[in-house]
Amino acid sequence: MPQFAILIYADESLHAVDAAEAELEENDRHAEDLSASGTMSLAYALTPRASAVSIRRDGTSPGPFVQADQFVAGFYVIEAPDLDAAMAIARVNPAVRTATGGVEVRPVHSGGITADQA
Amino acid sequence: MAARGVGVRPISNTEVVTGQVEVQTAIEMASAAETARITATLIRITGDWSLAEDCLQDAFARALVDWPVRGIPTNRGAWLTTVAKNRAIDRLRSAASEKRAMRELAILTELEELPEEPGTDPAADDDRLRLIYTCCHPALPLDARVALTLRTVAGLTTGEIARAFLVSEATMSKRLVRARAKIRNSGIPYRVPPPELISERTAGILAVLYLMFNEGYSATGDSTLIREPLVREAIRLTRLLIVLLDNSPQEPEAIGLLALMLFHHARRATRTDAAGDLVTLEEQDRSSWDRAAIAEAMALLADAEQLGISRRSPPGTYSLQAAIAACHMTAPDAGSTDFGRVAALYDHLGQIAPSPVIELNRAVAVAMSQGPEAGLALIEPLERARALDGYYLLPAAKADLLRRLGRRTEAHSEYQRAQELAPSEVERRYLGKRLAETAPGASSAVNQNKCPKPGEGEE
Repeated sequence: MPQFAILIYADESLHAVDAAEAELEENDRHAEDLSASGTMSLAYALTPRASAVSIRRDGTSPGPFVQADQFVAGFYVIEAPDLDAAMAIARVNPAVRTATGGVEVRPVHSGGITADQA
Repeated sequence: MAARGVGVRPISNTEVVTGQVEVQTAIEMASAAETARITATLIRITGDWSLAEDCLQDAFARALVDWPVRGIPTNRGAWLTTVAKNRAIDRLRSAASEKRAMRELAILTELEELPEEPGTDPAADDDRLRLIYTCCHPALPLDARVALTLRTVAGLTTGEIARAFLVSEATMSKRLVRARAKIRNSGIPYRVPPPELISERTAGILAVLYLMFNEGYSATGDSTLIREPLVREAIRLTRLLIVLLDNSPQEPEAIGLLALMLFHHARRATRTDAAGDLVTLEEQDRSSWDRAAIAEAMALLADAEQLGISRRSPPGTYSLQAAIAACHMTAPDAGSTDFGRVAALYDHLGQIAPSPVIELNRAVAVAMSQGPEAGLALIEPLERARALDGYYLLPAAKADLLRRLGRRTEAHSEYQRAQELAPSEVERRYLGKRLAETAPGASSAVNQNKCPKPGEGEE
């Protein structure tokens, strides 16, 4: 079945290293739902924008690569029969219900976890 | 390759039996009538958009050579289907001969068994719907949706679409190639959407068709004729969609859209004057409106309302806009328009699709039914909200109301603002006339002479 990456765009990541569990509850529940349904094959929550560093030919700069109000706060990969099905799954992400955030759906070309996890 | 099993007009001799003009007309008619059906079915079976379009293109090319000699077939749809499908079979056979997978064999079998007579394939209507929904998928850029629908569903050539959109054929060709690649590579499904998506996706199709219509309809000057195919195809495709949506909850709104297009289209001859200047609705020559189009639109609107009630689907934005247009189109003159009803319809429209532009239109209708002050009272909060900053019709509407209240100086400066913001020369010229009318001392030639413009009167 085709794979789709879902990139979560938000003003900020809730996943600070020292974040309280209560703050992450809604996102965790969503992740659990996806895992339980068997559609999610990989998921990463990323730390807040302050921890990002960007690298270009002429040097490095603190913060996300793209200067914008929203940045990628996390991503996950799902399996779905087609784009409509992937969009339906993406639409229930909590970020979609926020005023400024949302998700981007990207069909996966190839890839997966490369290191031996066992 | 002979067109098997297809009725061909008998040929008496070996000489040419049909004139080029007659053949050209027959091909154009067949393209309009058959493209969507044949392309849609070939895509469904092969899953290959380029193959489907190329094979049908080849069939038309064959017709251009074949029909003048052998005569125009009585059943053109069947003839084209046969040629296109045989072409697809040939191409798939030569491509797949080495490593012929199960999938390709299945495709070949299905192609060979495909019924050729239009109306005999039970899947044909679903195929065309699938095609339209896929061409209008929200993952595609809006301009690509319009172009792809014109190319694949309406059967316009890439060159025709490019001319209608005033871009080069190479640019349009790239846009179409990218759209087809996105369908293939992004997993955009080729199907009628599931029930939970059908309402949203059908609204998306109607939006594409209305955009197509407006691209053609709003054309002025030299481009009017060039862009006319957009208007024609938008109306034709909406008619097709209504047939395909028969008995669905989405049908009434599609009928409402067709009524709206026909109301606009009925006024096409009066939108601009001989000099190419815009003529407002109030000032248009109503005796030149297309009565037949208005009558059809009125009947459609009544149908949409009736069907909406029986299917429990409340009127959507197009039906409401058509109802507003009906108020204007049925008034014998601008002054007798039922502006109270227009204002009420805008109010309803604003409730289901809140927008500052609709609110502005409501303000104008209120001004017409209750007087300029009532209209101004609605425009001022809109101005303060700043959502219409840069939209020339806001100062233009305000200026009209101020002028009617005799507040000429304020009207003049609002017309000036409107002219600065106007998007095209046609609108700027129209506002220029209003500016001149409200200029200080415009009614007195003596005053005008007393106020030389800067830089004049040096001698």
